[in-house]
Amino acid sequence: MTIIGWIQIALYCVIVVALVKPLGWYMTRVFTGEWTPLSPVLRPVEAGLYWLGGVDPKREQHWLTYTVAMLLFHVGGFLILYGVLRLQAMLPFNPQEQSAVAPDLSFNTAISFLTNTNWQNYGGESTLSYLSQMLGLTHQNFLSAATGIALAVALIRGFARSSMRTIGNFWVDVTRCTLYVLLPICIVYALFLVSQGMPQTLSAYVDATTLEGAKQSIAVGPVASQVAIKMLGTNGGGFFNANASHPFENPTALSNFVQMLSIFALGAGLTNVFGRMVGNQRQGWAILGVMGVLFIAGVAITYWAEANGTTGLNALGLAGGNMEGKEVRFGIVASSLFAVITTAASCGAVNAMHDSFTALGGMIPLINMQLGEIIVGGVGAGLYGMLLFVVLAIFVAGLMVGRTPEYVGKKIEAREVKMAMLAILVLPLMYLGWTAVAVVLPQAVASIANPGPHGFSEVLYAFTSATGNNGSAFGGLTGNTLFYNLTLATSMFVGRFFMIVPAMALAGSLAAKKSIPASAGTLPTTGGLFIGLVVGVILIIGGLTFFPALALGPIVEHLAMTANTLF
Amino acid sequence: MDKVKTRKRASRSAMFDPSIVLPAAGQAFVKLDPRLMIKNPVMFVVEVVAALTTVIFAKNVVQGGADLGFTFQIILWLWFTVLFANFAEAVAEGRGKAQADTLRQTRSNTKAKRLLIEDNFELYEGVAADQLEQGDLVLVEAGDIIPGDGEVIRGVASVNEAAITGESAPVIRESGGDRSAVTGGTLVISDRIVVRLTASKGTSFLDRMISLIEGAARQKTPNEIALNILLIGLTIIFIFATVTIPSYAAYAGGSISVVVLVALFVTLIPTTIGALLSAIGIAGMDRLVRFNVLAMSGRAVEAAGDVDTLLLDKTGTITLGNREATEFRPVRGVSELELADAAQLASLADETPEGRSIVVLAKEKHGLRSRDMAELNASFIPFTAQTRMSGVDAGASWVRKGAVDAILNHVDGGGRPRQLASGNAARAVAAMSEPAREIFAIADEVAKAGGTPLAVAKDGRLLGVVHLKDIVKGGIRERFAELRRMGIRTVMITGDNPMTAAAIAAEAGVDDFLAQATPEDKLKLIRDEQAKGKLVAMCGDGTNDAPALAQADVGVAMNTGTQAAREAGNMVDLDSNPTKLIEVVEIGKQLLMTRGALTTFSIANDVAKYFAIIPAIFLAFYPQLQALNVMQLASPQSAILSAIIFNALIIIALIPLALKGVAYRAIGAGALLRRNLLVYGLGGLIIPFIGIKAIDLAVTALHLV
Repeated sequence: MTIIGWIQIALYCVIVVALVKPLGWYMTRVFTGEWTPLSPVLRPVEAGLYWLGGVDPKREQHWLTYTVAMLLFHVGGFLILYGVLRLQAMLPFNPQEQSAVAPDLSFNTAISFLTNTNWQNYGGESTLSYLSQMLGLTHQNFLSAATGIALAVALIRGFARSSMRTIGNFWVDVTRCTLYVLLPICIVYALFLVSQGMPQTLSAYVDATTLEGAKQSIAVGPVASQVAIKMLGTNGGGFFNANASHPFENPTALSNFVQMLSIFALGAGLTNVFGRMVGNQRQGWAILGVMGVLFIAGVAITYWAEANGTTGLNALGLAGGNMEGKEVRFGIVASSLFAVITTAASCGAVNAMHDSFTALGGMIPLINMQLGEIIVGGVGAGLYGMLLFVVLAIFVAGLMVGRTPEYVGKKIEAREVKMAMLAILVLPLMYLGWTAVAVVLPQAVASIANPGPHGFSEVLYAFTSATGNNGSAFGGLTGNTLFYNLTLATSMFVGRFFMIVPAMALAGSLAAKKSIPASAGTLPTTGGLFIGLVVGVILIIGGLTFFPALALGPIVEHLAMTANTLF
Repeated sequence: MDKVKTRKRASRSAMFDPSIVLPAAGQAFVKLDPRLMIKNPVMFVVEVVAALTTVIFAKNVVQGGADLGFTFQIILWLWFTVLFANFAEAVAEGRGKAQADTLRQTRSNTKAKRLLIEDNFELYEGVAADQLEQGDLVLVEAGDIIPGDGEVIRGVASVNEAAITGESAPVIRESGGDRSAVTGGTLVISDRIVVRLTASKGTSFLDRMISLIEGAARQKTPNEIALNILLIGLTIIFIFATVTIPSYAAYAGGSISVVVLVALFVTLIPTTIGALLSAIGIAGMDRLVRFNVLAMSGRAVEAAGDVDTLLLDKTGTITLGNREATEFRPVRGVSELELADAAQLASLADETPEGRSIVVLAKEKHGLRSRDMAELNASFIPFTAQTRMSGVDAGASWVRKGAVDAILNHVDGGGRPRQLASGNAARAVAAMSEPAREIFAIADEVAKAGGTPLAVAKDGRLLGVVHLKDIVKGGIRERFAELRRMGIRTVMITGDNPMTAAAIAAEAGVDDFLAQATPEDKLKLIRDEQAKGKLVAMCGDGTNDAPALAQADVGVAMNTGTQAAREAGNMVDLDSNPTKLIEVVEIGKQLLMTRGALTTFSIANDVAKYFAIIPAIFLAFYPQLQALNVMQLASPQSAILSAIIFNALIIIALIPLALKGVAYRAIGAGALLRRNLLVYGLGGLIIPFIGIKAIDLAVTALHLV
């Protein structure tokens, strides 16, 4: 570990925190329908879209209507994406003449992009046409991100409102999010990426002759436009198979830094939206504080583990940490930081191979995802996931002040606990359950590249990543098989929607409640005590469930490594 | 009196009184019936897995298997876990039953005299009390026990209510008015009354209370339901965590026996709070009864903890019922001594507390000794509603004290009492003499200070004003400060004018007041507070309080109150002490806190249990995991056994806390949370590490594995 490394980490945190207030201010205005600097240009476009879609923007929806609208929207999105992938051979913008994508892989990819997971069982440049990338993937990148944010805003409204039946209008929220937030930022962002050397073209791959005289085909395409939303929307599905470690997908140190910033920007900003909408920005900062504590702890452990390398190599005098699977351009700090960020948020883009991390260095990304990606998290999804944990934490500890627990003026009662519990239950069911199947089923075991605990970690990571809608992979595992395509798709689907529906039910139930003014008897939810409490509940309720699995994977691997046994 | 009685009741059911513990131990086995267990989902799951492992064990005994001794011990402790939970509930119920039995004693064998014709007292039939129906008229004579809750419709009698209140001084119950309600089980000691029964058998509030503290009719409260959902959710999560382990172990080339998995599962699920949850609820009701407050539902007790606004009547709650003279304020040209002398003379024969306080003040301040009325040849003129003054006539000389306008009138009218319409007061003042104006000015000052002015005149001359003061109860200001720290707003309700009310409110330290309050004002205040999302508590005794009592979230009716008030409220205070509302709130808070504290403790315990069992079960195929055995437990088997023993014993260890409740301190929510998190959260993390290690040492020393 070096001073420069820590400065880099500190700089990153400072800039993220500095972005919180402006983004929070802007997004709050967007979602409350107030004037923004972009309104003069975008308001007519917005109105036109509502007219086309036959949407009355003033008419708000009950939580159930809101959720059904969201689900219908996804059915449409799924059909378009699946159709484009299956028919890509017949469609235009296919200079490399890619053939149709196989049915199970199309299914997996469609679910994957729909759920903001972007699990890469497909190999971008070798499988997909430009049209599939643009109309299929980029399009879904925008919409799944907008959906996540819309849902978070709906839940925030639940907390902020008092005695109301409605939680907003899904169509309005998605339209405003895309039009006012995602598109403007992505346009500027994509241009910046092009300036760093990222391709943005519709022409065919470039053929080059190497010094040895061999022929090489260099893949290009509309990269920048996809990468911008891939990062900003915490989607993470790469244009290229190698994702953000590919020089065209992450050309410079600056592009790497900005990409990391863009993963956290909107998620962190949403905590401020929460604070503003419930009428006390400190509530938002407290939530961000919880995320910050867990994030910095994760970064410290991963950075320490990677910088220390393995006992075996150190004994041979090969100091300098673990560089296996890392881009020399980025080094240990930028790779460790990127890995923690991408798994803390549900991004899943990678600039290094997590499979090659040390046991503990790779365990942190795993834990980040197992906790439900609530450390900043996916855009929107991170906030509503965190709020579910806050509800549980407040319920358990809030009783200890001798009142029915309250959070931002809302009583936490049976229905809220039930919905929070339902939402959180599905996560361990999916990743622990499928892992248990996959490590004993012969055709699934065949996909494991490394034996022993490391192979176990690979499988666990795959299902965790899918359920958490992360999409990053631990490599090693051959995921493009019928078994994995279907089970991972199920995990992604359940992990996303079985969490969303209870979260929206919670929003509806909260919105219908009265807001209680705070008093000296009310549990304070803005200070360090609250942050410590929520962190504790997250680690014990969210984390302990995985202790047996972690013990058999990364922990035993680490202990073996210190005794020079590698897997 | 109050203290003595409370102590007596408490000692009757001390924490582990053999007369409660022994039947409870028996009850623990009776409660193993799955139909009863299912009400407590967490413990039901433990019972199911205990039964399952017992069957497997039986099979292994027949077929011959390894580690039979170890398996047997694990199974034994699984059953102990269930039994301990049942025992905790049975002890709580037993203590409730002991209370209920004393309440019930008087009720059995009661013979009632049911009237056949309403007006004829002689024509009645003897009926067993439990045969009576609602609406029946019964005659109760001296020496009879009142057979059920009801309303006196005829007659007046003194009643000994010691059976329910513990207070042996008899109270008067009469038809009409605010003292018409009687309670079943109380004894008429003089005269006779006709009572119309208002509750049919089994539904009187005593019956309801008995079934509540016995646990039979206990409904889960809203908060308990929410907590149960959390516990079920956690149990399901741990099902996922444990059932997947055999498959993981198989991948690593090992295997894990069912009984070990069951042991891991049972230690992880929140058995501690699951076992004690219903005991905590019953104990909460029981604590109220010890305070001589009967709650109609557990929901009401819980709501008491959530109360945001407390409405308190001024008289009797905030101030002593009687006013006291504190100052003599003469007009110009009259000495204080002269005024005191006249006032004392006017009060010599006045037996009202105010009158006596004037005599006391005169003696204290001016050394005026009491004089003999007969010696002065004086006759006492008592207070009447018409004259609104009292005094003394001695020959041609007279002294009067009374309401300011009444005295002015008396002086002005030369002794003929005449009503001065209040509307004319202002005009009258202008036309008044100098001393009269001065009297008005002083009276105004007194009223502004929260007192009542009493004008004094002698032989046609105005002397001055006696300042009668409402005496705020000692220590009440501190109680309100405490309530403020609890986050509870207090509102004083009074019939006084706003000026007087404001002064008393300031002195007592209440947050707000409602002056010249009518029952409608009270009801409106409650609704307004509730519209703001607040929970309101109040107490009352009159029939006109009934709507407000019913509207309030916590309505405490005084036992001396009317039947209408008692039916409208959701609690009845047997001692009829309105100040107790504050204790009721504390008991509610204590109930919620105890649940939260034990839940936190239970969940925090899991960390140590993981560190005991996980290395133990995986050690066979991953010896490296010995590094996780931070407690250095002797062997895998002793580690697992120690964890399950700790898990069972902690239930027993925490029964006293569950029954007694976590102490509430009014130190603000933040400080309270910090304190409880430290004790139950951090304590819950650390204690099992120590406990499991200690048990492991014992298990190893005894060669149990």
